[in-house]
Amino acid sequence: MNLGRRQILKGLAAMPVASAFGASAFFSSSAFAQAPATSAVNTTGLAVTDTEVTVGILHSVTGTMAISETGSVQAEKLAIDQINASGGVLGRKIKYVQEDGASDWPTFAEKAKKLLVQDKCASVFGCWTSASRKAVLPVFEQYNGMLYYPTFYEGLEQSKNVIYTGQEATQQIIAGLNWVVQNRGAQTFYLLGSDYIWPRTSNKIARKHIENFLNLKVVGEEYFPLGHTQFNSAINKIKLKKPDVIYAIIVGGSNVAFYKQLKAAGIDLSKQTLLTISVTEDEILGIGGENIAGALACMKYFQSLDNPNNKAFVEAFKKAYGPNMVIGDVTQAAYLGPWLWKLTVEKAGSFDIDKVAAASPGVAFDKAPEGYVRIHENHHLWSKTRVGKARPDGQFDVLYETAELVEPNPFPKGYQ
Amino acid sequence: MFMGYSLGELGSIFAMQAFAGLILFSVFVLMSLGLAIIFGQMGVINMAHGEFMILGAYMTYLTSQAFQAFAPGLYGIYFFVAMVVAFCASGALGMLVEWSMIRFLYKRPLDTLLATWGLSLIMQQAFRSIFGAREVGVELPEWMMGSLAITDTIEVQINGLFVMGLTTLIAIAVYLLMFRSRWGLQVRAVVLNRPMAGAVGIDSERVDRFTFGLGCGIAGIAGSAFTMIGSTGPTAGQLYIVDTFLVVVFGGAASLAGTIASAFTISQAQSTMEFFMSGSMAKVLTLLVVVCILMVRPEGLFVLKVRR
Amino acid sequence: MTQALSPRFKNLIGLLLLAVLLAVVLPLVLEPFRLNMVGKYLTYAFVAVGLVLCWGNAGILSLGQGVFFGLGGYAMAMYLKLQSSTLEATKIQSTPGIPDFMDWNQITELPFFWVPFKSLPLSLLAVVLVPMAFAFIVSFPMFKRRVGGVYFAIITQALAAIMTILIVGQQGYTGGINGITDLRTLAGWDIRTDSAKTILYFVNVALLLGAIGLCLLVRGSKLGRILVAMRDKEDRVRFSGYDVASFKVFVFCLAAALAGVGGAMFTLQVGFMSPSFVGIVPSIEMVIYTAVGGRLSLFGAVYGTLLVNWAKTSFSESFPELWLFGLGALFIAVVLLFPNGLAGLYRSHVEPRIDAFLGRKGRSGSTPAPAPAE
Repeated sequence: MNLGRRQILKGLAAMPVASAFGASAFFSSSAFAQAPATSAVNTTGLAVTDTEVTVGILHSVTGTMAISETGSVQAEKLAIDQINASGGVLGRKIKYVQEDGASDWPTFAEKAKKLLVQDKCASVFGCWTSASRKAVLPVFEQYNGMLYYPTFYEGLEQSKNVIYTGQEATQQIIAGLNWVVQNRGAQTFYLLGSDYIWPRTSNKIARKHIENFLNLKVVGEEYFPLGHTQFNSAINKIKLKKPDVIYAIIVGGSNVAFYKQLKAAGIDLSKQTLLTISVTEDEILGIGGENIAGALACMKYFQSLDNPNNKAFVEAFKKAYGPNMVIGDVTQAAYLGPWLWKLTVEKAGSFDIDKVAAASPGVAFDKAPEGYVRIHENHHLWSKTRVGKARPDGQFDVLYETAELVEPNPFPKGYQ
Repeated sequence: MFMGYSLGELGSIFAMQAFAGLILFSVFVLMSLGLAIIFGQMGVINMAHGEFMILGAYMTYLTSQAFQAFAPGLYGIYFFVAMVVAFCASGALGMLVEWSMIRFLYKRPLDTLLATWGLSLIMQQAFRSIFGAREVGVELPEWMMGSLAITDTIEVQINGLFVMGLTTLIAIAVYLLMFRSRWGLQVRAVVLNRPMAGAVGIDSERVDRFTFGLGCGIAGIAGSAFTMIGSTGPTAGQLYIVDTFLVVVFGGAASLAGTIASAFTISQAQSTMEFFMSGSMAKVLTLLVVVCILMVRPEGLFVLKVRR
Repeated sequence: MTQALSPRFKNLIGLLLLAVLLAVVLPLVLEPFRLNMVGKYLTYAFVAVGLVLCWGNAGILSLGQGVFFGLGGYAMAMYLKLQSSTLEATKIQSTPGIPDFMDWNQITELPFFWVPFKSLPLSLLAVVLVPMAFAFIVSFPMFKRRVGGVYFAIITQALAAIMTILIVGQQGYTGGINGITDLRTLAGWDIRTDSAKTILYFVNVALLLGAIGLCLLVRGSKLGRILVAMRDKEDRVRFSGYDVASFKVFVFCLAAALAGVGGAMFTLQVGFMSPSFVGIVPSIEMVIYTAVGGRLSLFGAVYGTLLVNWAKTSFSESFPELWLFGLGALFIAVVLLFPNGLAGLYRSHVEPRIDAFLGRKGRSGSTPAPAPAE
C-alpha cells in the first residue's frame, strides 16, 4: 500500500524537475555554454557566473564541536563533488567557501554574514548545535540567505530561510517510544539528559507522550551539566527504580562516561532496555562498541541500512575519506543538503533565494541514502523513523522502521 | 518508609552511594594530586593540567593499539604498561615545558596561568591534528569490566575498585617521596625558602624540573585511569580543570593532606546531593558551597604555617 | 622648556590618536561588515580596559570578567527581548506577550525579575548596577579577608563556571544554552539594519573613549597612586592607615561596571546574548587581550583586543585548522618575551625615537617599564 503512494509521490515530485534532470545529463556530455543565461537565473546579485556558483560551508572545525561537525563537512563536500561530477547545478559547477564557526556562536553569526554579504553565497550548508543556528538565523533572515541545517533538533522553529534536513523532535521520539512499548512491553521510563534545551525539550515531548498518549509511567527524570563525567549516583538511582526503559539524551564527553560507567555498574544492555536519541555511529567511536552494545537508538538513518542508495553512499564516502570512516545520522542529513538544494534550484529554474524558498515544499529526493525524502511546507523533511540496536562493532542492526514517512511537526500540539 | 523504599533497600542504597562517593573521591584525588604538587608546592598555576591528563589518556590508547597489534596475548595486562607510558610521556613533556617556559616565570605566578593556558590551546590542537577531532575509544581488558555482586542489591564496580587501589598507591608513593626521601626534603626546602635552599647546596633548578615533571606525570596516570570512566578527546581535559583547582584550593594549596581531605569532603557532598536532586543542581550547589566557604576561609581547610 | 612631554599631555594625544583611528580611519577603510566586526571586538575592549585598572594597577586578576560582561549583556538582551515579544509578534504562543523561550518552557507569566526590564531607563541602569552589585558581593568579603592573587583568580573562575551552568540549566528564565536571540528593536528603533550598526559602532567608540578617559582620571588621581602602591607593597599601604580592601572593592566594581557596558554594547551590535560569553574560556581570553596590549596601558588594552581578535579572525579564515597553534603561541610569547605587551614594545622601541625626533636626546625623566604585576 505504501509502495503505490510512494510511487505517485515520486512521480509528482519528479515532474517539475524532469526537464532539469534531462538538461544536466546533457550538459555533462557537452559544453557548459548551453546553461541558462546568468542574468535569467540570478537576479539578486548572488555569486553565480556562467560556469560557477558559489556556496558556503559553515561548521566548526576547531573547538569543542569539531568532534561532531567534521562528518557533516565531509558529507557536504562529497555531495558537492558528486553533483559537480554529474554536471553541476543549472549547468554550473559548485564552488564552495568554507568557514570555521570555531564552536563559538557569534563567530557563526559573523561568518554567516561574511558568506552572505561578502561571498554572496547562493546557499549555505552548515551549523550543528541549536545555539549556532539560533545565532545565524537572524543573519539569514536579514540578508535573505538559504541555510541547510543537518542536525536532529528540538523543533519549535520554522523559517523561510532554513531547510531542516534533520528530524525535529517528534519525528525522532514518538515512533521509538511506541516501538519499545509494543515490542518490549515497557511500562515505566526513566528520563535522563544533558542540561540544555534539546534534551529538555525532547524529554518533555517524551514525557507527554508516555503519560498522556500511552498512559504509562515516568519514574524519574534528571539532568546533568554539559561535560559531566560522574554518573554513579544517577546509576544507583536507576538501579533502585528499576525502570523498564532508560531513556537517555546525554551528549558529548558525558556520553562516553555515562555508557562506560553503566557497563561497569553491571547494567547489561541486552537485558535492560535503553533507548537513546543522542548516540549515532559517530558517538560510538568514542564510547566503544563493547560498552554500548544492545542499546537502542532512534534515528532516521543508520550506516547499515540495506538499500542501493545507501550502499553507493557508504562506498563513496569511504572511498573519499578512508575505509575506517563511520557515518552517523547527521552526516547523512548533511549529505542531503546540497542535493536538495540542487533539485530545488532546478525546480525553480533560478538561484534566487526567494524562488528557491518558494519552490522547496514538495521537492523530493529519491536517491537519499535513508530512502525517499521530501520537503514539507514547513521546510522540514518527511522521513522515516527507525530503531536500531547497537552492535559491539559500532554499527546498528535496524530492528524497525515506520511504514510511512513521518510528518514533521516542529510545533506539536498536545506536547507543549 | 522513606521515599517508598524498604529498610533493606535503604541499606543497599546507602552502601552503593557510599561506594559511588568513594569512587568520586578517588577520581578527585587522582585529578588533583599532580596539581597539588605543581600549584601547592611550586606556586605554578598550570591551566594545562587537564591536557596533560588527556596526553596520558592518548598514550593509553596508543599502548592498547600497540598491544592489539603486536602482543594480543598480553592484552589483559596492557593497562599497567599504559600507565607507565603515560607517566613517562606526561612527565617528560612536563619537564620540557618547565625548562622552556615555566622556569622564567617563578616570580610571576599569574603569568604562568596565561602561558600554560596558551600551552593548553596548543596541546589541544596538537591532539586534534594527530588523533583527529573525534573521541577515541579505549578498549579495556575483559577483567576490568563489570562488577562484583556482594549481595543481591549491592554491586561494586571492578574499575571503581581499580581506581581506588591506584589512588591509594599513588598517594602513598607521593607521601613517601615528599616526606620520607631525600629528594622530597629538597623539594620542601626549595618551597620554603629558595635562596636558603640554594645556599646549602640544593640544585633548585633541577628540583623544580623534577617536581614539575612529577606533577605532570601523575596527571598522565590520572588521565590513563580515566579512560575507564570518561572520554578521550582533544578538549576533554577542560572538563576537569575547574574541579581540580577547587579541590586543591579548598584543601589549602600548600598541603597535600589538605588536598586529600578536601577531595573527600567535596566528593561526599556532591555524591550525596546528586542522589537527592538532579545532577545539574547538585553540581551548582557543590561549587557554590565551596566558593562561599573559600570566601570566608580563603586559606582553605588546612594550611601549612609558613612565614613568607 | 620642559624636559619631556608631560604624562597628561601624552595621554591626551594617545586618546586623540585612538579616537581618530576608531572614529575616522577604520570607518573609512573598512567595509560595513568588517566595521561591525571591529565594533564587536571593541566591546571586549571595555573588559580589557577594566582589567588594566584592576589587574595591572591594583594587582587583582579576575578570571570571571565574563560573568560581568554577561550580566550587562543579559540585562540589555532582556530589555530587547521584551521589546520584540509584543502581543502581536507572539500571538501564536499559549501565553502571548512573554518571550518565546518562556512559552516553550510552560512559563505563563513574566518572572518578577524580568518586569523591570520593560523600561529602558531601568534596563540601562541595570547594565551598570547589576554587575557592580554582584562584583561588590563577591569581592567585599574576599578583600576584607585579604584574599588575593591566585586565590581570587581561581574563585572568580569557579564563579564563571557556576554562572554558566545556572544560565544553561534555568532555560525557562534565561533562554538556556541558546541564549536570548532574535533581538530586533531598541525603543522602536530597528538595530539590525546597516545604518543602525554604524550608529551603534560610533556610540560604542564614544563610550569606550569615555571609559578610557574615566580610567585615566582615576589613575591620575591620588587613588591611582594608592592602587599602585598597594600592588607593590600592600602591607605598607595598610600600615599607613589606608583601608586597602575598600580601594580594591572600588576598582573591582568599576571594572565590573565597564564589563557590563561592554556586554550591553555587544548585545546591541551582535543581536543576541548567550552563556558562551560568560564561561571560563571567554573570561581568560579577555585577560589575554589585556596581556597582549600591555597590562599597564589603557590604550594598549584596546590595541591588544583588536590585534588578538584580528589575528583570530584572519587565522581562522586562512588556516582554520591551525589557528589554535598561533593563538597559543601568542599567549606564551607575550608572557615570556614581552611581559609588557604592545605598550612595552612601544615604550622601548618607538617612544625613544619619537622623543629623539622631537629633539630631546637623553632625557632624564624616562621611566623604565615597570615590572609586571604578580
